[in-house]
Amino acid sequence: MAQGQMAPGIVAGRLSSDELTSNFTDLHPPLAPHEAAVAADRCYFCYDAPCVTACPTDIDIPLFIRQIQAGQPQSAGRTILEQNILGGMCARVCPTETLCEEVCVRETAEGKPVEIGRLQRFATDDIMASGVHPFERASSTGKTVAVIGAGPAGLACAHRLAMLGHDVVIHESKPKPGGLNEYGIAAYKSTNDFAQAEVDWLLKIGGIAIETGSVFGENISLDGLVENYDAVFLSIGLAGVNALRADGVDKGGVRAAVDFIADVRQASDLADLPVGRNVVVIGGGMTAVDAAVKSKLLGAEHVTIAYRRGRDAMGASRYEQDLAASHGVRIMTNVQPVSVHGNGAAAEIELEYTSSQNGTLSGTGEMIRLPADQVLKAIGQTLEGAPDGLTLDGNKIAVSGAGRTSLTGVWAGGDCAAGGEDLTVTAVAEGRDAAMDIHATLVS
Amino acid sequence: MADLTTNFLGISSPNPYWLASAPPTDKEYNVRRAFEAGWGGVVWKTLGAEGPPVVNVNGPRYGAIYGADRRLLGLNNIELITDRPLEVNLEEMARVKSDYPDRALIASIMVPCEEGAWKAILPRVAETGADGIELNFGCPHGMSERGMGSAVGQVPEYIEMVTRWCKQYYDRPVIVKLTPNITDVRKPAAAAKNGGADAVSLINTINSITSVNLDTFSPEPSIDGKGSHGGYCGPAVKPIALSMVSEIARAEATRGLPISGIGGVTTWRDAAEFISLGCGNVQVCTAAMTYGFKIIDELTAGLSEWMDAKGYTSVDQVIGRAVPNVTDWKYLNLNYIAKAKIDQDQCIKCGRCYAACEDTSHQAISISDERVFEVMDDECVACNLCVDVCPIEGCIDMVPMAAGEVDPRTGKEVQPTYANWTTHPNNPMAKAAE
Repeated sequence: MAQGQMAPGIVAGRLSSDELTSNFTDLHPPLAPHEAAVAADRCYFCYDAPCVTACPTDIDIPLFIRQIQAGQPQSAGRTILEQNILGGMCARVCPTETLCEEVCVRETAEGKPVEIGRLQRFATDDIMASGVHPFERASSTGKTVAVIGAGPAGLACAHRLAMLGHDVVIHESKPKPGGLNEYGIAAYKSTNDFAQAEVDWLLKIGGIAIETGSVFGENISLDGLVENYDAVFLSIGLAGVNALRADGVDKGGVRAAVDFIADVRQASDLADLPVGRNVVVIGGGMTAVDAAVKSKLLGAEHVTIAYRRGRDAMGASRYEQDLAASHGVRIMTNVQPVSVHGNGAAAEIELEYTSSQNGTLSGTGEMIRLPADQVLKAIGQTLEGAPDGLTLDGNKIAVSGAGRTSLTGVWAGGDCAAGGEDLTVTAVAEGRDAAMDIHATLVS
Repeated sequence: MADLTTNFLGISSPNPYWLASAPPTDKEYNVRRAFEAGWGGVVWKTLGAEGPPVVNVNGPRYGAIYGADRRLLGLNNIELITDRPLEVNLEEMARVKSDYPDRALIASIMVPCEEGAWKAILPRVAETGADGIELNFGCPHGMSERGMGSAVGQVPEYIEMVTRWCKQYYDRPVIVKLTPNITDVRKPAAAAKNGGADAVSLINTINSITSVNLDTFSPEPSIDGKGSHGGYCGPAVKPIALSMVSEIARAEATRGLPISGIGGVTTWRDAAEFISLGCGNVQVCTAAMTYGFKIIDELTAGLSEWMDAKGYTSVDQVIGRAVPNVTDWKYLNLNYIAKAKIDQDQCIKCGRCYAACEDTSHQAISISDERVFEVMDDECVACNLCVDVCPIEGCIDMVPMAAGEVDPRTGKEVQPTYANWTTHPNNPMAKAAE
């Protein structure tokens, strides 16, 4: 018997198994072959296409769409994967509305872009379902490379290096590879354990070993890696969570949104996953939207995103904001948390309205209290656990060129490295490009 | 509402839309439904000689060419003439005509090229009360191998001979249906006229193979692994039909010969175009086979609305209006100079015009870093390819230059006078302008 939305506190099983299953199905179901043909026909095969320019991995989008039109989705898949080995996941999670599809000329013409993301999924699904790995390894170079972190940047780097004939060992701290593809990302965007299936498929290239449970300062060190390998690629992500400056944030029910999302992603049964009746998510990015929508899908009665600036300043795209709203999430803007009230566990959150003048944010003194038995912090992640000796740029590892760090023989990419947006697709591009630079260095 | 009543060869019908001789008109059941739906007339599916009926294949009879959303653009068929007994068809025709006296009912006929064969069937057709006959000299598949259909239509002497027999043994209008599978359609049309034909109808279908199965290497449609060319029709053939119709309409030998236009008529606009090129009515098949008889509602309403908007009160007023504008290339005005103009407000920056012009035409469109596409007038020959490939209708225009302006491509002033190839100095055969 389901607990229902109005059960007080943070409880599991608010919804029935059937409701949960239905709530967590694919947000964008795959295109059927005929749908794909019709969608592909809308592409104008633009000259020097804007969508390619907008893609961080420079996928030749008009070409792969034409290959779908011509009845060869596997060729289309290869075109995608040559540029972006995680093209399957990117097809699911890329904010296409702010990348390729935003600049599609049909968006200009009709406000309705070619469905590039779904077409990419059609092609990559097809090639992955065939069980064929379309790339072959070059003959061995005898060189070995250590990749730290099995997230999108690390996997992309490892695959490209393996393809070029190098032997790669990926050191991963978590029990499973995939990084945020496995532990982050909205569950309704990556269904059926796609992240692991994609890693398994990627590893078919051969020459890549994954060692889980590897943690800097515990069982690996940068010095040791540099000594034992010909090159090192750091793709350790952002393991820390920014601190929320408000009173009472140590009360029960207050936690990091990324941990909540990881729990949802790793849950063997969503009915066992507790969620509050009144959930307040602090932040305005994609993580905030993911956490808020997931809370709602798990059966929370009221879910509010509280963001300190205006809607235009939110990191989440308008599409993501609308997605949240369509699931019944309330978006409050220009409010900042002041304190969490409650006797041991959170019961209410007190927010102060803000105003922004010349970019400086200040509280107006007007307060509002919302019932909140669960408070999820989604105010950004931060570099944590990085080895000493690297020059930083702000809070991230400084890089130049294709991911070269301040240390010879050490490259970095993905969220931990400075520059670029913190997106899966950007991480893939950085990993791939660093691999090419490592290769050029090792064989020169 | 414009009056759509037409009087073609003295045969009256409430609108200019006849169903062509084809599967939709093979029997009483279909024809009654067509008339109930509002069709102006039908040409009954082609009758053969008395005796055992023809036999059709028992596999696919049709093949198709599609657009992306399976919009049918072209249809191919290998079906033969009616495979039902002659007597059954004649009885049905008589019943239908008597129940629908205001609709046109034409008998299509295909019998061997022997006088006796025509002499035998014509009186029996006359007895049905049919308004006229159409001689099927057009079907390119199957029957042509037996010396009928397009095998006759490809030999003007045979056309003239058979037409003459028909005029001798039948006293109602005789329409000769022409095949497009020839080099010059004016020759068979003139032969029909010489034989006494009251009208020609065209085009019949075009020899075609729709595709090849790349697993079995059989042409499509495939009958047990083999294919035979069929007759192609549908929207894809309309331009070919329009051209052939216009040739007959303007040729000296056939000018004024009534024409029933056939070939890819799908909407009212297609019909208006055929009529303007000299057709007294049109025949429709593929559109009905694709969408059913109900399309007649759009065909009639659309034509009527257009005629109202243009102030035409009868179809007769439209017939042949475009014919004087069909001419030979050599008479086209070489002093008419246009330049492509891109409307930057409408441009969506796809760059198709640029790719087409740069790769395959005259390198007359520039691209800026901001993806602004502009025509270079000093290179543009006004070929129109940019207009044709632009996905936005009306975004690129061909704007004529005014007399007195200097064409930046040639450095010459645009002349106000008309001048064509026949008097052009580069033409070795040129005659001095008189």
